[in-house]
Amino acid sequence: MKIINCPLNGPRNISEFTYGGEFKPMPDPVRCSDAEWADYVFNTDNLAGVVREWWMHTPSSYWFLAERHTVSDEILRTFDPKELFTARVDFSAAKEIAG
Amino acid sequence: MPFNLLKYGLSSEYPVEVDLPPPRELKPSYDVVIIGAGGHGLATAYYLAKYHGITNIAVLEKSYLGGGNTARNTAVIRSNYLTSEGVRFYAESVRMFQGLSNEFDFNIMYSERGQLTLAHTDATVRSFRQRAEVNKHFGGRTEMIDRQQIRELVPSLNLDPGHLPVIAGLWHIDGATARHDAVAWGYAKQAAKRGVEIHQLTEVQDLIIENGAITAVKTNRGTIKCGCAVQAIAGHSSLLMAKAGIRSPIQTFPLQAMVTQPFKPFLDPLVSSSALHCYVQQTSRGEVVFGGGSDPYPLFNTRSTLDLKESLLAHAIEMFPFLANAKLMRQWAGITDMTPDYSPIMGLSPVKNYYLDAGWGTWGFKATPICGKTMAELVASGGKVPDLIKPFGLERFSTFQQVNEMGATAASH
Repeated sequence: MKIINCPLNGPRNISEFTYGGEFKPMPDPVRCSDAEWADYVFNTDNLAGVVREWWMHTPSSYWFLAERHTVSDEILRTFDPKELFTARVDFSAAKEIAG
Repeated sequence: MPFNLLKYGLSSEYPVEVDLPPPRELKPSYDVVIIGAGGHGLATAYYLAKYHGITNIAVLEKSYLGGGNTARNTAVIRSNYLTSEGVRFYAESVRMFQGLSNEFDFNIMYSERGQLTLAHTDATVRSFRQRAEVNKHFGGRTEMIDRQQIRELVPSLNLDPGHLPVIAGLWHIDGATARHDAVAWGYAKQAAKRGVEIHQLTEVQDLIIENGAITAVKTNRGTIKCGCAVQAIAGHSSLLMAKAGIRSPIQTFPLQAMVTQPFKPFLDPLVSSSALHCYVQQTSRGEVVFGGGSDPYPLFNTRSTLDLKESLLAHAIEMFPFLANAKLMRQWAGITDMTPDYSPIMGLSPVKNYYLDAGWGTWGFKATPICGKTMAELVASGGKVPDLIKPFGLERFSTFQQVNEMGATAASH
């Protein structure tokens, strides 16, 4: 059985985790173009190699980041997102669209 | 002709029919280079030669002919999808499959068994009604059936698995199976007969793009110039697209399947359940094939995960309890290019003269003939996208016009 080392709960069975997609910086939804937003929403790097991705420990709803090799399926590192998000991200407020 | 047979038996020289000419050197240039000698690539080459008279074609294959996902799928042919775009496309494919053995003069063992999909919830029943109507509209034979009819079709099926009793079924009479290797071989043989060159063990390492158009392909056997190129690979589509500088929404997941020891015939239709994420069929050799949903996270590795094996087998046994004693002979996985809307990516790319046939996730084998035919039309016309594949263009992801195909295997219903 495969084990993931959850930064909050310690080593747990992989069946307790949910994959959450590639880690990619989100553009400001108000300022970015439709094409940039579409690229962020749909496109992926989908690398065959070490990737950084979101995972969630399902029972505790705790989101964290993992570095995993997508060919050997080795999980090299797991860490709390606060390592990357050191400051609060403020997006400009979206205008209300009528209708 | 018993005398002829006797003469043939006593003769010391047997006329050996050569299916594929022996390997030769790559030419410096081709009109069309097709990357990937699986069903799709070979079919494209065949229809280019047959309908459009284009034969200066090289089909490049990094491994051996039909050795990728063409050999790894579970050989299901069906058109009972959900979207009108999808049903129209796959229904044409089913019609083409029906005539392939004759066309090849080679038996692809096409066997029309019918496919039964089980509904365990009211929501699924509603979506099945829609699928049945969309199918009928496009000339497919699909209808809703009740528990009694299901019992008659598949007496060995457990209609009350755990907490998920079967409520109704979607009976797709056109559902069929065929020998997947034979489909690739048939296309290869007929394409080669018309002058198409098939180069195995020839890996494309890079794409050479000048002024926004593809001009050559770099392989491990040297660089060859090309008028245009078609990408028809599976499992690594996004990596090859990246070589052309194309961003894609493809994510790569393993899709697992397994097969048991042979049994006496007990199961004629192909049976699948959307809620149990499992489909079961018995091959003409008597083995029982199980397939299921994609693995829970992306991976470029056919070893795939244990969790999915466990759940797949547990669900298969819920459907057919007596299989608990069956012995598994083989387990394998294919590396599938999943798209967010479960529809393929076909047509033009941002690179001129570089055509895409990618994102075939779990729905590639059943589309082989129609895919070859439409891609051949696209290539021969110099980039005029046939109506049938217009909805599947890569640009749909930037214009928010996805084709949400929830009738696909591994799509969550």
